[in-house]
Amino acid sequence: MRFDRLVLAAAAVMAIVPANAEPRHYTFGHTPTEAEIAAENIDVRADGKGLPPGQGSVTQGRDILAQTCAPCHGDKGQGLLSDRLVGGFGTLKDHNPVRTVGSYWPYATTLFDYVRRAMPFNAPQSLTDDQVYAVSAYVLSLNGILPDDAVLNAANLPKIAMPNRNGFISPDPRPDVR
Amino acid sequence: MAGFSVTRRRGILAGAVTLLSGQRAGAQEDAPPWMRQQGSPVTSPPYGVPSKFEQNVIRRARVAVKFPSASSSGTPLQDLHGIITPNGLHYERHHAGVPGVDPAEHRLLIHGLVDRPLIFTIDDILRFPSVSQIHFLECSGNTPEFRDPKPDWTPQDTHGLLSCCEWTGVPLSTLLAEVGVQPSARWVLAEGADAAAMSRSVPIEKAWDDAIVAYAQNGERLRPEQGYPLRLFLPGFEGNMSIKWLRRLKLGDQPFQTREETSKYTDLMPDGKARQFTFIMEAKSVITRPAGGQQLRDPGFHEITGLAWSGRGRIRRVEVSTDGGTSWRTASLQEPVLPKCLTRFRLPWTWDGGPAALRSRAIDDTGYVQPPREALVDVRGINSGYHFNAQQTWQVAQGGAVSNAV
Repeated sequence: MRFDRLVLAAAAVMAIVPANAEPRHYTFGHTPTEAEIAAENIDVRADGKGLPPGQGSVTQGRDILAQTCAPCHGDKGQGLLSDRLVGGFGTLKDHNPVRTVGSYWPYATTLFDYVRRAMPFNAPQSLTDDQVYAVSAYVLSLNGILPDDAVLNAANLPKIAMPNRNGFISPDPRPDVR
Repeated sequence: MAGFSVTRRRGILAGAVTLLSGQRAGAQEDAPPWMRQQGSPVTSPPYGVPSKFEQNVIRRARVAVKFPSASSSGTPLQDLHGIITPNGLHYERHHAGVPGVDPAEHRLLIHGLVDRPLIFTIDDILRFPSVSQIHFLECSGNTPEFRDPKPDWTPQDTHGLLSCCEWTGVPLSTLLAEVGVQPSARWVLAEGADAAAMSRSVPIEKAWDDAIVAYAQNGERLRPEQGYPLRLFLPGFEGNMSIKWLRRLKLGDQPFQTREETSKYTDLMPDGKARQFTFIMEAKSVITRPAGGQQLRDPGFHEITGLAWSGRGRIRRVEVSTDGGTSWRTASLQEPVLPKCLTRFRLPWTWDGGPAALRSRAIDDTGYVQPPREALVDVRGINSGYHFNAQQTWQVAQGGAVSNAV
């Protein structure tokens, strides 16, 4: 009887996971702690989800840009070695369109996200969240999108109406050439 | 001929010396030096490299670069054979250089709209059932011919942001099943561990379909330039979405609107609107020999050969014209013809020594025909920047010099 029960037990196990089949779930990896997720969870979405606490003013941003961004982007965001950040409004149909944060970018949240993850070029992820708010505020004020006395934070950044917000088409219309 | 006679005289002289010394003359005094001595020993070097005579077959940047870590270099397509790109010649496009990621410290986090967020080591990833698939990878900025193409461009200049490897890794669908994707999840944010924390939103349908979390290419672990120790690979999609040095996948209910899918990698149309989320690399082809920068030496037989590919599936047919698109002949396709993979085509050609205009067009298994440049520009204008897939023409001049027909 004991033997029969063993056989039955083995058959039951094999019915769940046959030796030559893939299990329903593997046991590789582990459940991340809150701290492990927080260490990498840096993205900011268009609706503001992911924006950290903190704030920064246009005035503070002017100083940060002059110190850390101006060598590549110019002290007024006019572009030097790297991309122009300011102006170009109304040029997107031109022979030589000028695509900047002001004229082209559809979301202000993208500016915060990108500066925080990738700028400044020579020292990415070195700015504090307050500094990223400040430099974002200054770039937007240079584009006439924010007043000179603006202070950006997680509540008001996603509400900024970017001039080219409705300038993008999806889904992909291709194939479009016959 | 002078060299030959000197050698002969030396041979006779050597024969005389050996005869005088009473030894039998060697039978092959004229054999080349590498037949008259032992070659290099095994493991010299332990990891083999190309012949010293192939030093010109290298990746090159098309233009002088302002920021060498945020730039690209092209594969020398004109020097390659078959469909596989050797790992050291795979094209590069980095947004913040090649990070020196330590695989012992690297982790992949999958979280967001999932039932069971998980974090994996590389050893964890290597334990999953694996797949190997041969696919092309092409930068959406490949073939910068909307504006100002140059007559001296070679295939490396025009089409070099294109490579093809066998990629091995874990199907992303396997990992998604592990974490349990919630029904509201529509997009996956993929993020790299480079200094750009390069990030793109991938539609959930693609993640379930044929996406791979890859750790090997052409039989060996990924090269640092291709994302060592772990990269995303999205067959048929524009190259930048196959995030290298992959560290995080986050499931969400909307696209994340990263800089690389708003400010960059969007296609500006003549009406001032920009197409966003244009993922697929449409059918395309290029003749790699004879091609720009080359010289036909003699009239007579020349094989026309090149590459065709489509992000939508298999190549069904490639047609080649030697008169700039007036008449076409069907090229032969080298097996294997795989989906979302380079296909090698060939056509015998007898050059009469006069001018010719060599052009190819690919037709994929959806019936899509690679368009001529005029048709493409007519719809999309010249400010799109990305996804230029028009027919490429190489001009053969009287005398055999080949240049980019612009």
